[in-house]
Amino acid sequence: MADMQPSLDTEAAESQRWAGIYKLLDRSSLIHPKFEPVPEIKEFVKSAKILVIGAGGLGCEILKNLALTGFKDIHVIDMDTIDVSNLNRQFLFRRADVGSPKAVTAAAFVNKRVQGVTVTPHYCKIQDKDEDFYREFAIIICGLDSIEARRWINATLVGMVDPEDPDTLKPLIDGGTEGFKGQARVILPGMSSCYECSMDMLSKPTGFPLCTIANTPRLPEHCIEWASVLEWPNQHGERKMDTDDPKDIQWLYETALARAKQYNIQGVTYSLTQGVVKNIIPAIAATNAIIAASCCNEAFKIATTSAKYLDNYMMYSGNDSVYTYTFQHQKKDDCPVCGQSTTKLEFRGDKTLEELMDYLKEKPDAQMKKPSFSLGGKPLYMQAPKQLEEALRPNLSKPLAELFSSGDEISVTDSTLPFSLQLQIDFV
Amino acid sequence: MIKIWSMKKDNAGVDKKKPKVSAAQIRVQKDLGELELPKTMKMTFPVPEDLLNFELEISPDEAFYAGGTFKFSFAVNGNYPHDPPKVKCLQKIYHPNIQADGNICLNILREDWKPVLTLNSVMVGLQYLLLEPNADDPLNKEAAEDLRSNRRNFEANVHKSIRGGSVNGVQYDNVMTK
Ligand SMILES: [Zn+2]
Repeated sequence: MADMQPSLDTEAAESQRWAGIYKLLDRSSLIHPKFEPVPEIKEFVKSAKILVIGAGGLGCEILKNLALTGFKDIHVIDMDTIDVSNLNRQFLFRRADVGSPKAVTAAAFVNKRVQGVTVTPHYCKIQDKDEDFYREFAIIICGLDSIEARRWINATLVGMVDPEDPDTLKPLIDGGTEGFKGQARVILPGMSSCYECSMDMLSKPTGFPLCTIANTPRLPEHCIEWASVLEWPNQHGERKMDTDDPKDIQWLYETALARAKQYNIQGVTYSLTQGVVKNIIPAIAATNAIIAASCCNEAFKIATTSAKYLDNYMMYSGNDSVYTYTFQHQKKDDCPVCGQSTTKLEFRGDKTLEELMDYLKEKPDAQMKKPSFSLGGKPLYMQAPKQLEEALRPNLSKPLAELFSSGDEISVTDSTLPFSLQLQIDFV
Repeated sequence: MIKIWSMKKDNAGVDKKKPKVSAAQIRVQKDLGELELPKTMKMTFPVPEDLLNFELEISPDEAFYAGGTFKFSFAVNGNYPHDPPKVKCLQKIYHPNIQADGNICLNILREDWKPVLTLNSVMVGLQYLLLEPNADDPLNKEAAEDLRSNRRNFEANVHKSIRGGSVNGVQYDNVMTK
């Protein structure tokens, strides 16, 4: 009996520790009438693998919230190292950590601070991981400031969905902040509107007109853009600018400053230079905290079904007091990511590409007009421009089996399609 | 747990998708496949397998630059159509909105670019720039000044420059159509 004691203690301590959360999970919820309090739910929270993408301002908050909500198997992925300017809001990092990988440091901090939680760091790019990696997780939460990285993970998760296998659907919770504004959204890949569907909502910072930069600069930003867009290639030729290299920023700063003097423009500083070329948006710790809280709230609701989850977009503005607006962002039919339809087609491998094209033109439910074809980004046949059409025309008379293998997916575009058709062709 | 996963089964709208090709690549395929180039334009693909990098030749049949063939390089990145294509003029030409090193001042290449625009929009924009040079957005300040102050003189300068002559002490490339 004696050796049973510690585990009983641990169990009691466990349930005391999560008493607040268990109050939500042990009884029928007032929020969600259909919620059934079954013990498996608690087990699921403990065992579910959650992936946090980004260990910056949002990521630190998200990791802390998840760990304190009862999630125990958390992974974090981030390719950055800690900069001294992060320390004011990225509270899992200390001065001695400057230069260390964010993912590793954040994981170590949470592991030490919250007993029983295992945070596993991945110090790499999200693109370094493959579908097998992402398939491991129950929920993925994104706290990124990069549009490109978000588009990548969104397209990857949409691409992973296999309607035959429910486990391939990974809810993606995406948080983003910009100064006093932010948003949190729940993306059910393939079902709800995806990140790509809403790309046109982004107010992308647009450059200044080239002629203004070249000839009539008025703002310090014009001088910095002149240095980076026009002077850099003149002085450095093919060498690409590394915006993370202080030497390159210093060169830009000095070059921009000299130009500003020439035109009598005030305000070119090193940090403005860095801000303009790296497109840095001021980060507010409170905005990060609010958006991260909303993301983790959704993760908990999705994992436990204890309340309805966000459907599907919450906009937050802290400009005047606190304002949020929730709406259902609509899936776009012509979305390049989730609007792509995939069809399987059985076709004889000894038939030519032209015969396939004729089939697609005649097939009643396709009725394409002038389809173009590619395989893995390489063109097989293009209707236009003329030079490409001529170069690729010989492919039309080749049997399909010579152009690709059975089971390969070709991309078809046509003016009759909203975006494209992915055609998986099995030879028969 | 997680009931959306069982709920999903009833949702017939879910297709299997495997984006091995990027949205940018497919969008370029769509843009190019639906192009209807006028007789004044010709495209070349240095690497026919690569749709993201190509050249465009414009041979205007009227206005100042008639008689010349102007070459532009296009480089489309993975963020297209959210980023505009990068376009440069490959020859040194005398034009108010084109710099000697190939930079072009065309609004839709920078500040007014929108993802709904296509490669065709950019090509039309470049052709327009050759038909209607704009003295208000100068990259080549002397050329802009010439155009503003004396159109006849500007026309004579263009005539000379596209044949490889010098204008304002600068020698330009011979771009006459062969
Ligand atoms: Zn979409």
